[in-house]
Amino acid sequence: MSTVATPAQAGSTGAREDRGRTGAETSDRLAAENRLGRRLVLPAMVVMLVVTAFPIARALYLSLFNYSLTAPEDREFVGVGNYVTALGDPLLWQTIGVTVFYMVVTVGVELVIGFAFALVMHRVIFARGLIRTSILIPYGIITVVSGFAWQFAFTDTNGFVNSWFDFLPAISESDPAAGVTGFNWFGQTPSAMFAIMISEIWKTTPFMALLLLAGLAQVSEDMVEAAKVDGATWWQRMWRVVIPNMRAAIMVAVLFRALDAYRIFDNIYVMTSGALNTESISFLVYRQTIEQFQIGMGSALSVILFLSVLLIAFLIVKLFRVDLAQARGEG
Amino acid sequence: MREVDKRKIGLVLGIVVIMVWCLLPVVWMVSLSFKSADAVTVGSPGFLPSGGDGFAGFDNYVDAWNNTQFRRSILNSVGISLIATTLSVVIATLAAYAVARLEFRGKRFVLTTALAIAMFPVVSLVSPLFDLWRTLGLFDTWPGLILPYMSFTLPLAIWTLSAFFREIPWEMEQAAQVDGATSWQAFRKVIVPLAAPGVFTAAILTFFFAWNDFVFGFTLTSTETARPIPAALSFFVGADPFSRPAATLAAAAVIATIPIVLIVLIFQRKIVAGLTSGAVKG
Repeated sequence: MSTVATPAQAGSTGAREDRGRTGAETSDRLAAENRLGRRLVLPAMVVMLVVTAFPIARALYLSLFNYSLTAPEDREFVGVGNYVTALGDPLLWQTIGVTVFYMVVTVGVELVIGFAFALVMHRVIFARGLIRTSILIPYGIITVVSGFAWQFAFTDTNGFVNSWFDFLPAISESDPAAGVTGFNWFGQTPSAMFAIMISEIWKTTPFMALLLLAGLAQVSEDMVEAAKVDGATWWQRMWRVVIPNMRAAIMVAVLFRALDAYRIFDNIYVMTSGALNTESISFLVYRQTIEQFQIGMGSALSVILFLSVLLIAFLIVKLFRVDLAQARGEG
Repeated sequence: MREVDKRKIGLVLGIVVIMVWCLLPVVWMVSLSFKSADAVTVGSPGFLPSGGDGFAGFDNYVDAWNNTQFRRSILNSVGISLIATTLSVVIATLAAYAVARLEFRGKRFVLTTALAIAMFPVVSLVSPLFDLWRTLGLFDTWPGLILPYMSFTLPLAIWTLSAFFREIPWEMEQAAQVDGATSWQAFRKVIVPLAAPGVFTAAILTFFFAWNDFVFGFTLTSTETARPIPAALSFFVGADPFSRPAATLAAAAVIATIPIVLIVLIFQRKIVAGLTSGAVKG
């Protein structure tokens, strides 16, 4: 990672070259560069902020009102009332708990599977294009499509999961009273969450695998060879040499995937519509605003969601000491 | 020798596992799309369509295609995604050049903003944007989706592009400037052609994002005027509005996946380069 110049380094190279000229010329050039730089980033900044900063500021404002689209004329200022109500409601804490559960389990599983995939891809010298193509298909596929595919796979009437795992007593169990011929995956919370997480993991493991593959490529082969010569076992080489040396890549992958997983929405919408307590915090926000038109309360929840993402990002960065400057500089 | 053999077998096994993992749900979707509607209604567990009446041929594809709402959503998705991608990549190219190459005040702020937006919980925008778009008349229109898609793809595009831009031989730009070109001319005449492959990669990643989006497409539209494919799929109903037509839906999903498969087949190398350049760079 150290071979790539950070923006600051790239800039200072330019500044060093300018030093040979006269002072006035240098400052003129620097001023022109400063102007050009700002002009070039301006459109991007405007577009990014118009659709995010402004609405969030507006959400902050609207969250102070009791405001429903079904009765817009009854809008009244309630101060932090919505926040007090939301934070005092066990439903919010339950959805946050469910969301964190999704995040921890999916990212953990993806890290393990993704690492295994990366190891295979790193070693493979044939059929590389084929593997690359296969692994990019889940990455590129629409999440909603993945949700449908897995939902149908798990249904007892038309899915293949039940017929493939029929040998397990829990799967072949049927409930004729409910007209169900096999295990009903969407009948209780744990199995429904399992199905949701399978779809999520399937779709996003490739991303994890590719990031880890890039990290693996940076681990010096000589070091691994040296450890092997010294008699280190495969496990020891992995834990003592390879993984510590790709720590930065792992942390960046975990940070990005964790924040993505925390925002889980599509799969839940498609597979359970939030039934059976499978609802995530994103889903709760959606339900309050779009389904129930509670703009005031919905805005308060939006702000809470936004702040909780910030908190999680902060915790991951602090906890794992992710070097964001590095991630950002190289990005 | 035996060690090498064992490793080879392990690798082949690994490849098989990866391919089954990645392709199984896709093959399943295709298989489901060939099951006949009758068989699905009665229930046809099993991976492949059963023979005889269980197999529908292309009936489900014809049904999906004849669904005018779905057909319109393809047009919406293609149009909105392409426009958002083009605009986003043009703007990101300018910004990434500045980030990778120029020294200016506020650069840290640009990078921090991009990072923050990459992590932004999109659903928290649903409520304010829903409200705002209705006021501005952007609700249920193409621009109403193009704008958020641009904002959320810009960080990724700036990221990828600035990584690519750092690899460009910048002496050529200096040479042009020595020959009397201005910074702007050096950018346009020398750097743009060199940067084109990176720009193209950023465009593919941006397109994937726009094509995949559900939250905005679903909450900021209400009719088929602007509703993109993922949202249309979630509203998909066949002849019987009370039961989800699994087989037709599968056919529609396969249709929606074809562009992705084509892009992946043609540009796999570029996509991997773009994805990994953003986060880890050697």
